[in-house]
Amino acid sequence: MSRRTFRKIINGFALGMSGVATLVGLLLLGALLWSLLKNGLAQFSLDVFTRMTPPPATGGGGLLNAIYGSAIMTLIGILIGGPVGVLAGTYLAEYGRNTRLSTVIRFVNDVLLSAPSIIIGLFVYELVVVPMGNFSAISGAISLAIIAMPVIVRTTEDMLNLVPQSIKDASTAMGAYPWRTTVSIAYPAARSGMLTGLLLAVARISGETAPLLFTALNNQFWSTNLKEPMANLPVVIFQFALSPYANWQRLAWQGALVITFAILILSILARIVVARLNPARVRK
Amino acid sequence: MGGRLSEIPFGMSYAVSHRGAPGAHEPKDNDGEQHECQDPDAAMSRVAAIEPKRIAGQRLRERIFHGTTLAAALLVLVLLGGVGVSLLQGAWPAFSHFKLAFLTRQIWNPVTDEYGAVGAVYGTIVTSIIGMLLALPVSFGIAVFLTELAPSWLKRPIGVAIELLAAIPSIIYGFWGLFVLAPVLQEHIEPWIISTLGALPGIGFLFRGAPFGIGVLTAGIVLAIMIVPFIAAVMRDVFETVPDLLKESAYGLGATTWEVIWRVVVPYSRTGMVGGTMLGLGRALGETMAVTFVIGNAHHIGRSLLSPGTTISATIANEFTEATTKLYASSLIALGALLFVITFSVIAIARLMLLRLNRRALSSV
Repeated sequence: MSRRTFRKIINGFALGMSGVATLVGLLLLGALLWSLLKNGLAQFSLDVFTRMTPPPATGGGGLLNAIYGSAIMTLIGILIGGPVGVLAGTYLAEYGRNTRLSTVIRFVNDVLLSAPSIIIGLFVYELVVVPMGNFSAISGAISLAIIAMPVIVRTTEDMLNLVPQSIKDASTAMGAYPWRTTVSIAYPAARSGMLTGLLLAVARISGETAPLLFTALNNQFWSTNLKEPMANLPVVIFQFALSPYANWQRLAWQGALVITFAILILSILARIVVARLNPARVRK
Repeated sequence: MGGRLSEIPFGMSYAVSHRGAPGAHEPKDNDGEQHECQDPDAAMSRVAAIEPKRIAGQRLRERIFHGTTLAAALLVLVLLGGVGVSLLQGAWPAFSHFKLAFLTRQIWNPVTDEYGAVGAVYGTIVTSIIGMLLALPVSFGIAVFLTELAPSWLKRPIGVAIELLAAIPSIIYGFWGLFVLAPVLQEHIEPWIISTLGALPGIGFLFRGAPFGIGVLTAGIVLAIMIVPFIAAVMRDVFETVPDLLKESAYGLGATTWEVIWRVVVPYSRTGMVGGTMLGLGRALGETMAVTFVIGNAHHIGRSLLSPGTTISATIANEFTEATTKLYASSLIALGALLFVITFSVIAIARLMLLRLNRRALSSV
């Protein structure tokens, strides 16, 4: 075999394998979605959204309290983590662009971004649950806020950096202070990008389970009290999936279906927002 | 320091108006904010004479806005510090009670209140190694396909699909692993592994035993499935930073596509690849839900990869709310502190490697 053919064979083999790898990835996504649809849609009814989690080994029931709890805690998490994240990102992009302090903060933020969520849960347990004396929805929301924050810091900074310096300079030349330039010029220009960051953060925290296990815990009943344990979809899925009861396992599948599609829709929505922001930057 | 920066625009506008005033000495360059800010009050008084109230109001707002953003940014540092301190504090009873034995003993017995971390640490490391070994080639392949092979109309949909896989929460992977993957492994794959790989001399003991379906190997596979999209997305971003000029030069010399990838793209993006891989490793080490479903929760170390085990995060997730004694809870937090140290060093090294690259090129990390 000539050297040339050999090289061609190697080339074909390697490229073929990379195609196979991609196929494997796509098949996995397909298999995952298919099994969620197949098992989740079996006996799917509006009860999922209108009824409470049932006692074990009975018929009927839904996930109303869990969906409500997840929505509430995600909302509070974003309401806390969002503004703080936006402000911190603003500092990194506008005030401390080249200072050593912001290099350190940027680095620490990147580390927090990939930190294991269970550790955040332990931290909030020590910080909030122990002093309060019991598990509570608010502690769950705080841990979600801590997980959402680094995502928002990162996207806010990146998006503010995309705003052309010349526009900011023009504002400055008009005599505007930096805060005015940021609020009236940079924020509007970066708005859809920042919104994307927020959506991605919502997608990230709405499926978080580990930190909620020992902060919000779970609740079989309807509760709107933020100082009490509150039901939430991920923990309900965890608990119901590992139970031996058929009706609980069915609800776990339905919950998994609801949460996955909610997150997929959010992520796609976030991409559409970015695409509208700037067609040249549609990736991500 | 930050305060001085905030004065620049003010100082500049002042300097401009100053220039018009005859006889006024002015700083030569606008870049050196030090000149400008040496006498901000004097500057203030002149400009303030025009519109005292408005300027003062603006300055105040500037101070408040600047201070608030700085405080928010500092909160990031405080958070990381707080996490470390609170974990150490919570873990202290366990560390002071067991001393170094906590790190060297395999025992985990809530009845006699004796705990050691070895079983959980072993499981964490082994599942992550399996996950990485399986995930690396696949994610490399996907990244190569996306950057070098796929026709442009395919790039975007496949790229988005891979990123969507990365967005699915880990509990779904664990859940799916338990109900879909584990039965398949138990009935089809593991018996085959036991009969072929188990018969190998030397490493055969890793693949013997009964096919439970759940266990260390299954956890590793689920981890791999979970981190593939993540590593693939980072690698794709890194590959896209390779200048076309370099690749075209290699093509010009007659290199095949694979040779261009292996000899130009890979060496050029080595740091980024390693950084991205280590980020994936950090994720695998700390992953909780994907593992908890399928690992089997056994604190002893089985010789076989098919036997059940546990990881640090799975142990915490399973036992934390049931920890009845103070020492038990503290031992679990001590495990958390170990995980903190392990993952944070891995992530920090990864981030340092990625730092060398253009940060904006890495949109997906």
